[in-house]
Amino acid sequence: MMRRSLTLFAALFVLILGVGFVLGVPFTTSRLVEAAAYSLIALGLNIQWGYGGLFNFGIMGFLMLGGFAVTFMSYPINPLFWGSDGPFMLGKAILAFVAGAGLVYGAQQSHRIGIKGGWKVALTVLVWFVAYCVYRSQIDPAAAYIEALSGKDGWVGGLGLHPLVGWLFGGVLAAIVAYIVGKICLGLRTDYLAIATIGISEIIRALIKNMDWLTRGTLSVSPIPWPTPLPQDYQANGVDNLTALIYARAGFLVLALVVLGIAVFLISRAYAGPWGRMMRAIRDNHIAASSMGKNVTSRQLEIFIVGSVLMGIGGAMLVSFQQIYDPTSYQPINHTFIIWVMVIVGGSGNNWGAMFGAVLIWMIWIISEPLAKAIFETVSHWSTMIGWSEIPDIESRSAQMRVFVLGLVITIALRFAPKGLIPEVVRREG
Amino acid sequence: MTELIFFINQVLISGAVLGSIYALGAIGITLIFGILRFAHFAHSELMTSGAFFAFLLAALFAAWGIHAPIPTGFVVLPIAMVISAVLALGIDKGFYAPLRKRGAKPVTLLIASIGVTLMMQGLTRLFFGAGTYSFFETETKVLYRFDMSALGSTRPLVITQPQVLMVLVTIIAVVALHFFLTRSRLGKAMRAMADNADLAQVSGINTALVVRVTWVIAGALACMAGTMLALDVTLKPDLAFNIILPIFAAAIVGGLGQAYGAIAGGFLIGFAETLAVFNWSTVLKPLNAVLPEWVHLPANLSLVPTEYKLTVAFVILVVTLLVRPTGIFKGASS
Amino acid sequence: MALIELTHVVGGYGGAPILNGVNIAIDQSDIGVIVGPNGAGKSTTLKAIFGLLKVTGGTIVFDGAEVTNSLPDKLVPRGLSFVPQEKNVFTSMSVEENLEMGAFTRKDAFGDTMEWVYDMFPVLKEKRNQKAGELSGGQRQMVAMGRALMSKPKLLMLDEPSAGLSPRYVIEIFETIVRVNKEGVGILMVEQNARQALAFASKGFVLASGQNRFTGTGPELIADPEVAKSFLGG
Repeated sequence: MMRRSLTLFAALFVLILGVGFVLGVPFTTSRLVEAAAYSLIALGLNIQWGYGGLFNFGIMGFLMLGGFAVTFMSYPINPLFWGSDGPFMLGKAILAFVAGAGLVYGAQQSHRIGIKGGWKVALTVLVWFVAYCVYRSQIDPAAAYIEALSGKDGWVGGLGLHPLVGWLFGGVLAAIVAYIVGKICLGLRTDYLAIATIGISEIIRALIKNMDWLTRGTLSVSPIPWPTPLPQDYQANGVDNLTALIYARAGFLVLALVVLGIAVFLISRAYAGPWGRMMRAIRDNHIAASSMGKNVTSRQLEIFIVGSVLMGIGGAMLVSFQQIYDPTSYQPINHTFIIWVMVIVGGSGNNWGAMFGAVLIWMIWIISEPLAKAIFETVSHWSTMIGWSEIPDIESRSAQMRVFVLGLVITIALRFAPKGLIPEVVRREG
Repeated sequence: MTELIFFINQVLISGAVLGSIYALGAIGITLIFGILRFAHFAHSELMTSGAFFAFLLAALFAAWGIHAPIPTGFVVLPIAMVISAVLALGIDKGFYAPLRKRGAKPVTLLIASIGVTLMMQGLTRLFFGAGTYSFFETETKVLYRFDMSALGSTRPLVITQPQVLMVLVTIIAVVALHFFLTRSRLGKAMRAMADNADLAQVSGINTALVVRVTWVIAGALACMAGTMLALDVTLKPDLAFNIILPIFAAAIVGGLGQAYGAIAGGFLIGFAETLAVFNWSTVLKPLNAVLPEWVHLPANLSLVPTEYKLTVAFVILVVTLLVRPTGIFKGASS
Repeated sequence: MALIELTHVVGGYGGAPILNGVNIAIDQSDIGVIVGPNGAGKSTTLKAIFGLLKVTGGTIVFDGAEVTNSLPDKLVPRGLSFVPQEKNVFTSMSVEENLEMGAFTRKDAFGDTMEWVYDMFPVLKEKRNQKAGELSGGQRQMVAMGRALMSKPKLLMLDEPSAGLSPRYVIEIFETIVRVNKEGVGILMVEQNARQALAFASKGFVLASGQNRFTGTGPELIADPEVAKSFLGG
């Protein structure tokens, strides 16, 4: 088993070297940073699915939250917003929201003052409706006002803090949403969690895309600052372009690997200890575990939150690195399913498997497009030589091939290694 | 009266069409779940590919000079359904059956179906590009306008010919399915297998045959749903991918494994979506004349802005899961 | 020649075998009863016959043909039928539909078989259109048996038919089993209610640890002090 893992990692290393050689070092370094972020995210899913048996198909939503968090935290302050009535109106809206939430909570608890059954349901529905209307009455004018600032593209701007704060905030936001979703769904059948997470992620996407006043919506936000020096910073010190790119990206990569390393260390320690044993017991037979007095749902909630935190941080890292937050760029294929593929192909239940899968799949994803293009161009070249027309639309068709290749990789992987390339090591508990 | 006609146009007719599409898709999902116990994510691709088959056949018919009083899309539908059924069988044999034989867990099959979705989407885009196609490039969409001025309305009741046919075809399909499930030996065997697969096997029911029939029905109905969707809007590679989630929601809300539940769920969600995005102001406008100034209704009083339409399905789903987790018709539970 | 003959059958669910050389022989006129302690392999024997688990050693011959590891859809047309212990009715289907499912493999008209079953279980005829899931435990057991009889089997196998039933239903079920046997159906059943079942068994088999320990007619086994002491609770 160890030998197999080492061989696979060695092969992966060779692949990375090859890619670096063909596609260039700066390009490859960028991709490696992204792979590191994806490894963190895959780790998060591995905790939820591999350890906990939970189906999270809304990873995209958590990534978007992370991206939003880092954008909001680290983007420079927008003086136009702070100098206007914007904050005041927004403050009123927030108050309305809190008041509304409080009212709804009160209605939920109204059975304590004797309102029960059908009346309580009616009261709760009524209160929801009223709270919603009141909130809309405050937020709609506030949103319109903010968006009208500076002509038409106004928004609240950021808080100008260090990106690492943004990364942490990404984790926090993800944890909050995970808590809410988990509380509702974890008592039910586990495959319902899958649908619920898809739903939440779509809702998050719709919200972020349309709350122009908060996120600039489809106009996207850029440039978002880096936690480590940018290529421009190196160039300003007299380093040439190419080396500056490499230094800067390597710097980011080092930071990313540090974060990843800390996460792996903490998780491995937890997994090896009593917490980990309990988690595995629950995953493998939660009926037996709950009969032993373990509170299965609370533990599942813990797992769900921890995994989501990693996803939030990973999502934040990606957005920081790419320096642009574009809600429309989030697609379920790229941001949810690919993570699942990484974990299943790499080996669910095994941290190293998940990370291996992340890097491998990401590498395949990025070479499939240039490779497809190269193939199409060669075929096109030959076909023109024999008198047929050349293949139209090679660019977009090559882009589509990625999707096909990904599907193919999943299918082949599942046929031959249904448990993953570096599957879980089943420990014999004494 | 005008407002009522507007309401009927926007909500009832649209809702019926959308509901039909959701229902037909959801039936396939729920049957596959009932018999094979996994969530067939690639169902949207069966729908989209079915629509493309119909499109190609319709183009072929047009090239051969065959015309009919109803849109060619409907004429070729039976043939396209057969092709889709065969495709569905092929996909199962190639991708899912081998995994089932090795005792794969439901989630592995789900991921495998994701793999199939990606491959099919990739192939569709490869061959057809990412653009849109319309069934009505060479023929026109017939609209029926019913003058309602006799009833005092300034708007006519508008319904397109494809929409009429869609609802008719759905009704025929549903009735046929009902008879199949309740009167035929094979249909009852399907219900038996969905109820208790082990006992069905013990009774000597040929489970492999039932599985094949399930895929045939699911494929055919998916083709129907996809073609109808394409006839109503336009045909593009991610045609059905966008509605796969409301379709799953419909199946779950109706009760997984219950075909009638899928139909009910489909229409419930279809109407809920059209009701939610409807701008109620237009209907309630006459009230403005009666109400005092400060209670006047805002210009846009839709429950949910159009961009959030898909969230309606999820809200319904969440509510269902909280209130009645096995669905309206008490479908399968773990 | 015996209707069904198990010779030195070895098998299990993968992993260590549960059956370690079981021998059983039953004629069509017999009522065969398998008893023994928990884990002895009683239900496993029936499942092995019906192809529901892997037989790795020995042979099973039914009605002259070898059927080791054959699947149910081949066995039912041959005249073998099985009533599992649990989940033995289609709860969402009506009583009559349950019976129809039992006749699935038949190519001929089965109306008179259905009349025969209703004759045996009049209460089912009353409730023919009710969903099987709504019936009481005893009535469900009747549906389960009726379903298995619809294929006009030569051998009917039952796994603990009296499990979970009230005493009144236990007697009724056993009486029905005897009657079915008189009408020409061989019976092979596993029972926990050992004494009651062995009372009318023409062939009794005591299994322990996947092997035969005692064989004889039911009354013989009851009378045997060694059997009574170890397996029948004295």
